[in-house]
Amino acid sequence: MSTWDRFVDTFFNGKVMLKYLPDILSGMVVTIELAVLIVLSGLAAGLALALVRSLAIRPLNWLIIFIVDLFRSLPPLVIIVLMYFGLPYAEISPSGFVSTWLSLAFVLMAFSEEIFWAGITSVHKGQWEASRSTGLSFGQTLINVVLPQALRLTIPPLTNRTIAITKGTALGTVVAVTEILGEASSAVSNSYNPSPLMMGAAAYLVLFLPVVVLARRLETKFAWKR
Amino acid sequence: MTKPIVDARAIHKHFGALHVLKGVDLRVAERELVFVIGPSGSGKSTLLRCLNRLEEPSSGSIVVDGIDMLDPRTDINHARQRIGMVFQSFNLYPHMTALGNVTLALRKVAGKSRAEADRLGHAALERVGLADRAEHTPGQLSGGQQQRVAIARSIALEPRVMLFDEPTSALDPELVGSVLEVMRSLRESGMTMIVVSHEMGFARNAADRVVFMDDGLIVEQGPPAAIFETPTHERTRAFIGQIQRH
Ligand SMILES: Nc1ncnc2c1ncn2[C@@H]1O[C@H](COP(=O)(O)OP(=O)(O)OP(=O)(O)O)[C@@H](O)[C@H]1O
Ligand SMILES: [Mg+2]
Repeated sequence: MSTWDRFVDTFFNGKVMLKYLPDILSGMVVTIELAVLIVLSGLAAGLALALVRSLAIRPLNWLIIFIVDLFRSLPPLVIIVLMYFGLPYAEISPSGFVSTWLSLAFVLMAFSEEIFWAGITSVHKGQWEASRSTGLSFGQTLINVVLPQALRLTIPPLTNRTIAITKGTALGTVVAVTEILGEASSAVSNSYNPSPLMMGAAAYLVLFLPVVVLARRLETKFAWKR
Repeated sequence: MTKPIVDARAIHKHFGALHVLKGVDLRVAERELVFVIGPSGSGKSTLLRCLNRLEEPSSGSIVVDGIDMLDPRTDINHARQRIGMVFQSFNLYPHMTALGNVTLALRKVAGKSRAEADRLGHAALERVGLADRAEHTPGQLSGGQQQRVAIARSIALEPRVMLFDEPTSALDPELVGSVLEVMRSLRESGMTMIVVSHEMGFARNAADRVVFMDDGLIVEQGPPAAIFETPTHERTRAFIGQIQRH
């Protein structure tokens, strides 16, 4: 056996791959479910916090900033572990899936709040004044004038951050979530062969590469002339 | 003066320790065009912005078209429809077309249907000579055109008074004329206007009255010829001399 053949036999073993393909596919489904939940709830919560912050109610803003800074400083893995192993002491026992979902959603909420907020504050004061001077209320101005401009500015940093945090679903393995990496690593230990890990890598590429490409297209599309 | 349409009395405005308006009285009659001049920092913009309450005066009273602007019970958003405002930097919404800019408040504040708003919007754009630019975005328009769209955005709401804060200062000289032209036609249609501007030529032949402000106070006011030719106050004289040298 040549070195090359041994390499292929080890990392791209056809028999092993075929055997564990269904596991990897079911892992992909779990990863997709987690990712969709994290993105939807994390971005919605982040936007909601940014909107509340724009009301400029002092004590509320301090609370928002505290929460946001907290979740931006803690490593996501720590949050997942605390939730999964810590909350049962408070008589709440979230599953690994729920722990991973909520933890990463909180992290995405925190980062996206900052990005949304930066977008809102970067809209020129004159836009508010023009709108208010024609009689639009604070809320109408926010929704019709400020947010559409703010969101365009936030799309590049937001997509990058969202992709980075969504890849964190792999952390779910430590709390027994059977997502791609979880399935791949248990397949590796059962088969004594790293090929399933290669399949896992391919699965991530299949899932995330289109998203990254789409993000790039969005960025150019929304970079509009002033 | 018969019953003024703008009646501002004893307006004071503080920004922290800074006393910016020190008791300004300004009454403007219906169909009058009042020109406000004065050195930088004298409080001209602040005065205009108090009139539609973009800025909250520290004290004083402001009645516009019979509405007490400082009464907390006043629906300020409703009142603001009657007071158009045009800014130095146009402040058009960059994500909307010219027509979208003009129709937003018609739909959201005046409660017009989209069709009706579009009809009124087109009519307003027609009045500023931009009927053919309705579908252009601000980025596709010259500064002069943008400012005319901003004027259309205000007049579409059929305001009783229009406030202009240096409407031509951000424009290249060759574009100033088109905006002044629109302002002149507005004046001819009988619009009440308060204009902060350095366009002395326009003031001379369009203004009914020129108000000179300095250091938060109205120092002197009168017909343009009197203010420009024979100012009585030393500060007015100095200011007029300065701008005429330019
Ligand atoms: N929001 C604000 N906060 C603090 N100070 C302000 C604020 N707005 C205006 N000022 C100050 O109030 C004073 C009057 O400003 P204002 O803009 O009314 O002057 P102006 O006569 O319009 O001047 P210009 O000709 O330069 O436009 C200035 O000293 C300015 O720095
Ligand atoms: Mg000013």
